[in-house]
Amino acid sequence: MALVEVRNLVKHFERGGGLLRAKTVVKAVDDVSFSVEEGETFALVGESGSGKSTTGRCMLRLVEPTSGEVRFRGENVLGFSSARMRAARRDMQMVFQDPYSSLNPRMRAFTIVEEPLVIHGIGTRTGRRSRVADLFQLVGLDPAHLDRYPHEFSGGQRQRIGLARALALNPSFIIADEPVSALDVSIQAQVINLLMDLQEQLKLTYLFIAHDLRLVRHISSRVAVMYLGRIVEMGKTAEIFENAQHAYTKALLSAVPAPDPDAPRARIELDPALVNHDAPLRRIAEGHFAAV
Amino acid sequence: MVSDTLLAVENLTTVFDVRPTPVVAVNDVSFEIRKGETLGLVGESGSGKSVTAFSLIRLVQSPGRVAGGKVIFQGRDLLATSEPEMRHVRGAGIGFVFQEPMAALNPVMRVGAHIAEALIVHGLASKSDARARAVELLRAVLITDPEKRVDDYPHQLSGGMRQRVMMAVALACKPPLVIADEPTTALDVTVQAQILDLLRDMKREFDLSLLLITHDLGVIAETADRVAVMYAGRIVEQGTVREIFHDPMHPYTRGLLASIPGGGAGSRLKAIDGTVPNLASLPPGCSFAPRCPARMAVCDTAFPPVTAIDREHTVRCYLHTSPDPGARIPEPAGTAR
Repeated sequence: MALVEVRNLVKHFERGGGLLRAKTVVKAVDDVSFSVEEGETFALVGESGSGKSTTGRCMLRLVEPTSGEVRFRGENVLGFSSARMRAARRDMQMVFQDPYSSLNPRMRAFTIVEEPLVIHGIGTRTGRRSRVADLFQLVGLDPAHLDRYPHEFSGGQRQRIGLARALALNPSFIIADEPVSALDVSIQAQVINLLMDLQEQLKLTYLFIAHDLRLVRHISSRVAVMYLGRIVEMGKTAEIFENAQHAYTKALLSAVPAPDPDAPRARIELDPALVNHDAPLRRIAEGHFAAV
Repeated sequence: MVSDTLLAVENLTTVFDVRPTPVVAVNDVSFEIRKGETLGLVGESGSGKSVTAFSLIRLVQSPGRVAGGKVIFQGRDLLATSEPEMRHVRGAGIGFVFQEPMAALNPVMRVGAHIAEALIVHGLASKSDARARAVELLRAVLITDPEKRVDDYPHQLSGGMRQRVMMAVALACKPPLVIADEPTTALDVTVQAQILDLLRDMKREFDLSLLLITHDLGVIAETADRVAVMYAGRIVEQGTVREIFHDPMHPYTRGLLASIPGGGAGSRLKAIDGTVPNLASLPPGCSFAPRCPARMAVCDTAFPPVTAIDREHTVRCYLHTSPDPGARIPEPAGTAR
């Protein structure tokens, strides 16, 4: 069953506009639809400006979409009152890209992770302390470091703090926006392993937003490729990687440098002029769609 | 030394004089770059790869200072060269491409002015023909409409175009060596591919040698002829690109390669345990020992010496300290911490 369903999501940003100049509209997210099944990892991939992060933010209403629907367990969260939305966010959390700027440098790690519990009025002071200690353990941090400040942790550890905070309210759905792209290679693998362990242990559903195709191939069951605000191809991960149909997907896959000096280099260049931007998603195979 | 050596770095050591203990950011680093080749310098953040690059052209900012070693470029030691002469070496001898083109380009200077400045400073063009040369260089780095773009400001360009402009500036004086420090890290993967292709083409066209600094092993595999792997300020392994990727010897190199996702989907990745060490408090022996799956008692005694595996392939690890003393390159005196 689909845990989350996004239907015809649109987010337009108006730009400029002055006394004599007309406003221009940037279609950051332009009629995007997909669904995320319970327990799976669904990846949104694309390059900067493709609209993948804005899509994620719209789903949690961190930015208000222009139109469309985001159904969570069947209910359209875009119609929720702000009080209802706040309650709904207990079940839908976000992990951000930059573990340096997403944690308040003046707050101790304990306070950062405790904050969602306080906001939602959960537990007593002492109860929260032990809950946060448990969360620390869960994400592989030493509970002895509860009272340290973010700068006393390494990048990988900071991302674990962000993850502990996201898990504090026992969510079932987590949007991870480039969760490891700011980390060193040797640390990335640790955090990815942790994400996969937690998913199994806590029965989490992930929306994984990333530009690293190697990582996406490893972690996700299904992939949607975004290009200029639209999903141009979507399907099972293996299917997308082995049988890409859209010119942009092909170009993107061929651009990833292989960590092997003897790998054949067959770069496919994208000619933007040849992309029909209005082509609807067409069924290629079971569960595989492409805008060709 | 072989005659085709363009740059020879010998026992380079760069120290940052910070309290309470000075930090050795580059520790006894030796490598060479030959004419026409690309040396890939790979490492994680804090490994000292960028400081190495800045040390070569003597642009390390205080409190950092080059504390020892030699940088022999075209037969002379850059560490013993006067500052006015160094100014000539930078640009005319060694070009530089930085990671963040937006930070490296002057926001109030037109694109053409950046290139013209380099040409005029080095006496390679008069004011009147600098513009024409700038257009030519922009065309060489495949910027469309160079006659128009030459008058653009950096903010009017995309990230990939800015990096092309950086390359045009770096190539303006036809330096024999270009140092590219994470030239594609801030770029999207399709733009990265274009820039890497361009670097390769430029290398051929301008007969360049390239020092390519990156943390991305994919970029290294595609671009480098030889590779040096840095960890905590030292080069721990060096070899041809095939030796490093197909026959890695150091547990750190092996760990890095194994941690790249690519195997079976959904399987656990082979992470390297622990974190990158703090340079201010390195362990007494091998700096990788605390994270090493093959740690032995000897690893905690002193930093391992250089072992030659093959003609090009060297490694600093006690797993490979050769029983044949003839095959072992003696440790230079005074480098142990």
